Amino acid sequence: MKYLDEYRDSTLAKGLASRIAALVTKPWVLMEVCGGQTHSIVRYGIDRMIPESVELVHGPGCPVCVTSLEMIDRAHSIAARKDVIFTSFGDMLRVPGSRGDLLTLRSRGADVRVVYAPLDAVRIARENPGKRVVFFAIGFETTAPANAMAVFTARRQGVKNFSVLVSHVLVPPAMAAILQSAGNRVQGFLGPGHVCAVMGYREYEALADRYRVPIVITGFEPLDLLEGIFMAVQQLEAGRVEVTNQYARTVSRDGNRAARDLIFEVFEVCDRKWRGVGSIPKSGYKLRYEYREHDAERIFEVDAIETQESQRCISGLILRGLKKPKDCAAFGRECTPQNPLGATMVSAEGSCAAYYQYGRYLEAGKGR
Amino acid sequence: MMCLGIPGEVLEIRDEQGLKVGKVQFGGITRDVCLACIPDIALGEFVLVHVGFAISKVDKEEAARAYATLQELGLLAELTSDAPRPEQPP
Repeated sequence: MKYLDEYRDSTLAKGLASRIAALVTKPWVLMEVCGGQTHSIVRYGIDRMIPESVELVHGPGCPVCVTSLEMIDRAHSIAARKDVIFTSFGDMLRVPGSRGDLLTLRSRGADVRVVYAPLDAVRIARENPGKRVVFFAIGFETTAPANAMAVFTARRQGVKNFSVLVSHVLVPPAMAAILQSAGNRVQGFLGPGHVCAVMGYREYEALADRYRVPIVITGFEPLDLLEGIFMAVQQLEAGRVEVTNQYARTVSRDGNRAARDLIFEVFEVCDRKWRGVGSIPKSGYKLRYEYREHDAERIFEVDAIETQESQRCISGLILRGLKKPKDCAAFGRECTPQNPLGATMVSAEGSCAAYYQYGRYLEAGKGR
Repeated sequence: MMCLGIPGEVLEIRDEQGLKVGKVQFGGITRDVCLACIPDIALGEFVLVHVGFAISKVDKEEAARAYATLQELGLLAELTSDAPRPEQPP
């Protein structure tokens, strides 16, 4: 395992870590929202470089993990149809639904294909006019422009056999849900850099204001994360509440206007159910009425779905920052990336999977 | 498919049925990328690409550093996610 000592900018990193240490007078709890940030923190051991009194808890920033079981089961039943080519990002294929995963379905003869880009699925639809091609459109705001462009292009080019099963999720409503939840411990956020590259951070200003919580829009590299932590602790220690932008080299206050316009051309905000968390108001996108001909949920009427989740899994508490992977009795034992019990282990970018990948299951129960 | 853009260099820009697309090089891999939301992009510039879609411009130094970190983190799998691979037994 490679820790920050071996990192190419380790002198700068150590400097930032000692500046954080010099600043802290009280214990603080910060949450990083994005799965990429969680990965980087665990990989480089950033949570172990900073003073113990600054605790990092990991947020719900893994779209694969939080896709509801109902939606996965719906994907499964659409993909099982003989007239369908089902397309998806690769990491959705191994996520277990109530009736198994898409990879197993494919091994039984279903036409399930991994695409790199949503527009590739539109091309597959053009090349297979006798089939109905469905794309599983999941993701946070970062992925929304790519998914929107696929639907927009299909409509403009008259690719009528292309549809999307939409399960988009949004970051700010999830942050609000965490802050409102009973027993919330989060006092400050490292905001998601690449989500804000698309969306800008005006929405985060309203959040900071309403919940009196500092938010620092932060990149995913070790120095970004350390600087983001420094900026958040600075605000907390001084009693300030603002949105500040650590990642200004990529993120502007307004984000990418063309990308946002494209999103709202195709999608509108809706309530969304999150795996492990439950329904969060106004926390997702669905297709606008004008694009209903490309809506897989409308085209394939899937019957009421009954789902079953493990009783032992505490991923709901982990996603809200109330528990860590090591607090779970099943972590690294019954629950592994090969046999995941729930949301945070199902994808490589979930917190439990990140802890597992970097060997932290070996030390479960031995402190942080 | 983590919410991360991967930086790459724009090698080609073309119009495909009214859609601005191009070839973008990531290390040793070149992929077709939609450039529709980067209005002022030019050849030789660098963009952050997420699932085949450019979400913003970045400068060359930033691109090199971010790419190296993604490589260390093992987070470049997205680029080759659609390559055929052996089926796993059910």
